[in-house]
Amino acid sequence: MSLTLLAVQTLNGLQLGILLFLVAAGLTLVFGVMDFINLAHGVQYMLGAYLAVAAFQLTGGFWSALPLALLAALACGLALEFVVFRRLYDRSHLDQVLATFGVIIFLNEAVKTIWGAAPLSVPLPALLDGSIPLTETLAYPVYRVALIGAGIAVAALLYLLVTRTRLGMLVRAGASDAEMVAALGVDIRRLFMLVFGFGAMLAGFAGILAAPIFSVEPGMGDNLLILAFVVIVIGGIGSIRGAFLSALIIGLTDTLGRSFATDLARLLLPPAAANDVGPALASMLIYVLMAAVLFVRPAGLFPVRSA
Amino acid sequence: MSAVLELIGLNKAYGALQVTRDVSLEVRAGEVHALIGPNGAGKTTLIGQISGALRPESGRVRFEGRDVSALTLAERARAGLGRTFQITQILPEFTALENVALAVQAHQGHSFRFFRAAARDTRLNDAAMAVLAEVGLAERARVLAGALSHGERRSLELALALALQPKLLLLDEPMAGTGPAETEHLVALLKQVKQRCPLLLVEHDMAAVFELADRISVLVYGEIIATGTPEEIRANADVRAAYLGEEIPA
Amino acid sequence: MMAPSSRLRDVLMPLVLFGALAAVPLYATLADDRFILLFATRIAVMALAALSLNFILGFAGLVSFGHAAFIGIGAYAVGILAENDIWGAWISLPLAVLAAGLFALVTGAISLKTRGVHFIMITLAFGQMAYYTATSLSAYGGDDGLTLWGRSEFLDTPVFSDDTWFFYLVLALLAGAYGLLRRICGSRFGRVLAGARQSELRLEALGVSPYAYRLVAYCLAAMIAALAGALMANQAEFVSPSAMSWHRSGELIVMCLLGGLGSLHGAILGAIAFMVLEEGLSGVTEHWRLIFGPLLVLVVLYGRGGLLGLLDLGKRS
Repeated sequence: MSLTLLAVQTLNGLQLGILLFLVAAGLTLVFGVMDFINLAHGVQYMLGAYLAVAAFQLTGGFWSALPLALLAALACGLALEFVVFRRLYDRSHLDQVLATFGVIIFLNEAVKTIWGAAPLSVPLPALLDGSIPLTETLAYPVYRVALIGAGIAVAALLYLLVTRTRLGMLVRAGASDAEMVAALGVDIRRLFMLVFGFGAMLAGFAGILAAPIFSVEPGMGDNLLILAFVVIVIGGIGSIRGAFLSALIIGLTDTLGRSFATDLARLLLPPAAANDVGPALASMLIYVLMAAVLFVRPAGLFPVRSA
Repeated sequence: MSAVLELIGLNKAYGALQVTRDVSLEVRAGEVHALIGPNGAGKTTLIGQISGALRPESGRVRFEGRDVSALTLAERARAGLGRTFQITQILPEFTALENVALAVQAHQGHSFRFFRAAARDTRLNDAAMAVLAEVGLAERARVLAGALSHGERRSLELALALALQPKLLLLDEPMAGTGPAETEHLVALLKQVKQRCPLLLVEHDMAAVFELADRISVLVYGEIIATGTPEEIRANADVRAAYLGEEIPA
Repeated sequence: MMAPSSRLRDVLMPLVLFGALAAVPLYATLADDRFILLFATRIAVMALAALSLNFILGFAGLVSFGHAAFIGIGAYAVGILAENDIWGAWISLPLAVLAAGLFALVTGAISLKTRGVHFIMITLAFGQMAYYTATSLSAYGGDDGLTLWGRSEFLDTPVFSDDTWFFYLVLALLAGAYGLLRRICGSRFGRVLAGARQSELRLEALGVSPYAYRLVAYCLAAMIAALAGALMANQAEFVSPSAMSWHRSGELIVMCLLGGLGSLHGAILGAIAFMVLEEGLSGVTEHWRLIFGPLLVLVVLYGRGGLLGLLDLGKRS
């Protein structure tokens, strides 16, 4: 367990945390404002990545593909909202879970039908295709550092948007009391659509950022979705600040856990047993963390709703 | 007369809004104690704190000489503190009989009984039918609670509390939304219930309050401004001021 | 669900369902169609799992999104024991059931403290925890799963090894579980569960805290699901983490909804409908999910009450 490895894994953990935050931010807002549980939020991440692939094939450059894919992701989100989701806002959580599950099944299969099941990728943009030397033997890719930077910038922007603007005020009020906002004469449908489109775009953005470094394949959003749910439950549903902090906590815990659990297990167990127990332990870590947090604070770290 | 229920210095706030201010009150054996006050005075919040659904920030609740401040809603119910809700809390997918039978079953002890059919359990059904007959719902026993009229639901709500054979009954606006005939029925019913256990009655219908109550407390902005017999309350200048514009029957 | 409902739905329908299933081996022999027997076995196993979920989902109103974990635990109990050369069903089945019951006791004790969306999420997360644990069991196949080189044994009988016998074993367990759960639904215990589904506040005001009752129901459902898992391992002679994936949990909920949450046996009907639909659609096109996904959305949006609801509708008109 060298120090440089620790540094690299910490950066990897931050990177996962940032991607998680981008997905979780939309999820937590949609959830907080509309009380709408959207399992299909993960496929919006996947769509972002596939749209990046398509846009890259179309334009041949990362920087021109980025805005194009972003707009397409927004359009997809709005289309889904228009066709399916707006019929679900006043339904039970069970109905929402099932209908959005249907959307996942459809979209996962749709991308498989269009682009095939084989993993795709987008080349790194030339501008960011280098690495930063950490030590004489170890370097860290510039693109990944840029990803972390971009994520933090978006987080800051989002925070300002939510705390400083009228729209943000409505969103915050909606998260704590949707009926009150409706009573104030705000067109709640339009607010919902705005928040929804915005959330879809953020998830899409995460997918676009991930496209050059992860393999783009059907179902890639599913596991991230579960992690994003863990993030918003720990952070407190509806809280951007909570989502940011807990996304970083989850990203770091999961990444560091996976790299070091076996080493730690070896301190206590014979090597053969440690090789078995380590990975199992690592994969359970974040869920144990979530259970522990919920046990102590049932509404998460930064509860928005008082009830 | 001894106090069945004693509230000692209850305080509760929602943020900056103080909804209960140093409330002390007692309900004596055999009495109907009415709690009145303008909308937003904090009556339902106070009932919540007595029944255990809400926690006060400070103060104590004593029931039958025992401090129940730390007990939950369910524990206080088992101790004999029955309540009805302002917004009817019945089980809409059960029949009226099944609703009350569940209350009877709760009163009889734990429900970890897995095999005997509850629907054919005469120990449940007979007792439940007796309570339904008392509130005038015997003929509606097989009707789904969700299909009952508003007045019938209010009666069922009361039946659920009565089936527990409470030692004190907290009634949160039992006449809310009922028509004149139903109100008359409920007043007559409460007069019977009064023979069995003391009542703490929150109600807006002043005619009903003055007909039923032995003593009245007036809650304004979370604070009790007066307690006394109906005559004393009627004569109280503070109360008249608080109810400015509203009519107190002479 | 305890509405005084049609006899058609609550008496005749279960008889028809079990009668039809019981007749499958006869048909298979007459038509010389071995596939239909194996298919019916898979359906009956899945129906057992869906039934256990419908007990807590439809009847107790707990939207558990991690039910596949219990199936997986049951399956892995059989697989791990077989890998260690223990084939006796009198060891593996009780162990499978106990292990899942224990897992449910711990996770349920935590999950049931939460409500609504939090409950959905936390059961989902515990399900994922079991899933990832299975994928990291490198000694037992890890990601790839574990092939069993045979089926469980029970004394010297052919109940596991012979396909027809095995089908009737599964069917008998399904019928037994259905009878047991139906009995429980009608008991005092069942009344508390159904009451708490409608108004938790009312139950509390009656002096009943639903928590302990729900926990018992949750464990019971988990144990029945584990039994289904143990049968599944025997049926497929293969165990893999995918049996625990959250997609599978989702599919189980879909089965319950498809059949109708309002009656226990809705889950059995739903499991049959789901598997037949899956089989039928995948015969039409490789991309059958393109049809199945939107179909699911439509069922949720417009098909209140599931297939059993249709029965009531037919009666009313």
